[in-house]
Amino acid sequence: MAKKTADKKAGSSKPAVSQPQLGFIGMCRWAWRQLTTMRVALILLLVLAMAAIPGSLLPQRIQDPGRVNTFLESNGAWGQFLDTIQMFDVYSSIWFSAIYLLLMISLIGCVIPRSAQHWKAMRSAPPKAPRRLGRMPGYETFTSATGSAESRETADQDFLDAAQARLKRLGYRTVRNTDHVAAERGYLRETGNLVFHIALLVATLTMAIGSLFGYEGQRILVEGDTFTNSLVSYDSFEPGSYYDADNLPDFRLRLDDFHATFDDQAPGSQFGQPRTFDAKVTTTADGKSEKHTLRVNEPVRVAGTGVYLTGNGYAPEVTVKDAKGQVVQSGPQVFIPDGGDPGYTSEGVMKVPDAAGTQMGFVGVFLPTATQNENGELVSSFAGLRNPYLVMSGYTGDLGLDDGTPQSVYTIEAENMTEMTDASGNPLLIQLSPGETQELPDGGSVTFDGVKRYIAVDISQDPTQGLMLASAIAVLLGLGLSLFIPRRRMWVRIKDGQAEVAALARGEDSMVERAAKDLAKDLADETADDSADEAEGRSSGQRKDGAAGPEVARSGKTID
Amino acid sequence: MDVNTDLAMWSNQLIISAMIVYAVAMIFYAFDLFGGRELKQSEAGAASAAKPSNVRRTNRKTTTALLDPPQTDASVETTTGSGRDKPRRGARIGTSLLVLAVILHAAAVLTRALSVMRVPWGNMMEYVLTATAITVIVFLIVNVKKDIRYLGTIVAGGVLLCLGLAITVFYTPAAKLIPALDSYWIAIHVPIAILSTSLLYISAILAVFQILKSSQENKDPKWLRFMRRMPASIDLERFSYTIAAVGFITWTFTLIAGAIWAEVAWSRYWGWDSKEIWTFVVWVIYAAYLHARATRGWGPTKVAVLNLIGIATVIFNFTVVNMYFNGLHSYSGL
Ligand code: HEM
Repeated sequence: MAKKTADKKAGSSKPAVSQPQLGFIGMCRWAWRQLTTMRVALILLLVLAMAAIPGSLLPQRIQDPGRVNTFLESNGAWGQFLDTIQMFDVYSSIWFSAIYLLLMISLIGCVIPRSAQHWKAMRSAPPKAPRRLGRMPGYETFTSATGSAESRETADQDFLDAAQARLKRLGYRTVRNTDHVAAERGYLRETGNLVFHIALLVATLTMAIGSLFGYEGQRILVEGDTFTNSLVSYDSFEPGSYYDADNLPDFRLRLDDFHATFDDQAPGSQFGQPRTFDAKVTTTADGKSEKHTLRVNEPVRVAGTGVYLTGNGYAPEVTVKDAKGQVVQSGPQVFIPDGGDPGYTSEGVMKVPDAAGTQMGFVGVFLPTATQNENGELVSSFAGLRNPYLVMSGYTGDLGLDDGTPQSVYTIEAENMTEMTDASGNPLLIQLSPGETQELPDGGSVTFDGVKRYIAVDISQDPTQGLMLASAIAVLLGLGLSLFIPRRRMWVRIKDGQAEVAALARGEDSMVERAAKDLAKDLADETADDSADEAEGRSSGQRKDGAAGPEVARSGKTID
Repeated sequence: MDVNTDLAMWSNQLIISAMIVYAVAMIFYAFDLFGGRELKQSEAGAASAAKPSNVRRTNRKTTTALLDPPQTDASVETTTGSGRDKPRRGARIGTSLLVLAVILHAAAVLTRALSVMRVPWGNMMEYVLTATAITVIVFLIVNVKKDIRYLGTIVAGGVLLCLGLAITVFYTPAAKLIPALDSYWIAIHVPIAILSTSLLYISAILAVFQILKSSQENKDPKWLRFMRRMPASIDLERFSYTIAAVGFITWTFTLIAGAIWAEVAWSRYWGWDSKEIWTFVVWVIYAAYLHARATRGWGPTKVAVLNLIGIATVIFNFTVVNMYFNGLHSYSGL
């Protein structure tokens, strides 16, 4: 709705556009002036907010390319269309970039002249008092101490001296004119506003640059595994456009032990929720080894690189022998937990290319705490290792590893394979508890030796993070100054003992009136004290009642 | 995993008791707001009390908005009191009950926290429980500075509704945190987010009142008679803005602290996760709101509508994004 009104606004300024003989330069100048108006900045902000929304409704490649593919497969032409208009890459799309680039340009065009103006303002004297101070939003008038006619001139000057001193103490910049003091404060408000907008620019630029010069990679580590930081060690690696992957910092990381606990006491939906993930790791860099505990919110930082714990699961250790009794496969196999299942039911495959006779493959499910549900199905009722159980089917034939096309290590292409069957011709079901062995129909065996745990880590470098943090802090500080420092002008004028105090807010300031009132009261008290002192010297006690200060008259509020 | 179930049960009981007191407080506030007998008796007084604000408004046209004298305190007293000599008994009882309710409410939050020995905002139910308590506390604190008891009906009613949702739709048994939330950042990022939500909510209901009041000032339809005793719309606007400005700063802090936490937890400070997207959208909308205020051609009512769009995105960010969107922020506990 706001957009509509905004558009209407833009439309209503059209007549100005179609003025004749603007010429190309004129057009450019006009466009620039439009772009740097507050109104256009405002419209761009609203458009930016709206443009950001589709990224939360549709799957995005930067988050989950798999889900994007699924979406494309199930949505045909509609999906294709959305892809053409970059709806799956919203935040790097042409249209999204165009909006924020326009906003940035608008910002620059706005900040530069304002900085220049502010620079001037900061160095010029506060402006003189306007003729009619009574029009000001904060206004007080009162009679200062009355002296004799000849001393009044000096009394007035003394009064202005006092007023100037007091305003200075309140943080005003002041200038003394013949019959009044002019004062201004709150330059920091504008400074803050400029800092805020400039810091926003810097933050946006930093974000863009950071993604060019950093990198992010993933790796799975089973207990006992050591990761050496080089390109081949990564399961996946995404460098920024200008990242030099030959210069990966040199370090090693070993997963010594991983320990997870799950809640076995809480009722309802909280039962089985994870409570702690502690990975004990040893890092080695520059010849120094250090032990760390890597946790979800406690990355390990080594050699300018961050290592973050992003996932974990089980890796059943399985030994496979072929018909000749040779061990052809042995060791932990990473099984991937089903994300939605609190019981960590995990799926995995095992490829055995080197068996005598034919290649073998196994597809299986691992249940950390196997139980039968009410339908008699095997499920995992808890994520901890209470009753580990491995269920697999076996295949023989060609794994398709040799034709050169890259394969996922987590799936088997079973098209060219035949499923193993038992004696009665039914599909073979391998079901094992730790320590158990099952013979295979054509000879050979599968043994479930035990279970290891593994972790998934993100390893990443972003050289611009420090700058980003600095600009974020500048944004916050600038904003605080710009919203809460009152910018205000004040004038104190006196004529024949009749004093006027006026205040004018520049920008939002709920305290203008108060400021005028307080200053008037203070000045009145001060002069009263002075004259009370003097009076005491001459005729003591006479002016006691006047010590409360000369009468402070509140100005009539009806202006004009 | 020792959860003190007795304390957790106490907490639930306290929520129910607080809700009952909130309901009664809301009724008393509603009597104050809609006037009933008092309004009729003092209609003449109210009408005359409304006048000065009209006079002031015409005066204001000669100056720019920024030059306006606020003069709110005085106008609140004269225009909200229905008849200067009539004490607003409904509002007074409402406020007393609200204080009682928030004590029960705070006790519910405290017992919940003690039952699990951690911060009481580890899932949606706890977030709502704490956020509503903070909202009432913010409301009461603001009230010390400035009489905004006319908002009482909506504050108490909103809190009642949210607590009702908390113990039904959002209900989550007391338990420890999941590792993803187990960080000291939860004690920095989340309470400031809660505070922002409370501030922006109060700013938004002020914006609603501002819109109603300005309609009453211009057309004075019958169904808006009760608005006659409100402060002038220009004062409501300014107050709504001041609170939104504070809320915007705390929201900016929330966003920055969230980004720092994201770096610690997920290896990047910004990744356009659905929660991040909506936090950004909220931020940009309130930035637009602040801009609109300083933009010529944007009248106070249009600006107030932006404020309402802002609170709509805040609520969307909390409810729909948490419950239905895919993302890393899967802490709803549902
Ligand atoms: C990324 C885009 C921008 C954002 C997020 C942004 C944000 C903000 C915010 C939050 C304020 C409130 C501070 C205050 O009220 O003092 C503000 C004020 C202001 N902005 Fe921007 N701004 C942006 C772009 C621009 C542009 C392009 C312009 C110039 C055309 C501009 C001009 C101003 C001005 C003049 C104020 C002062 C308003 C006032 O005093 O209330 N901003 N901006």
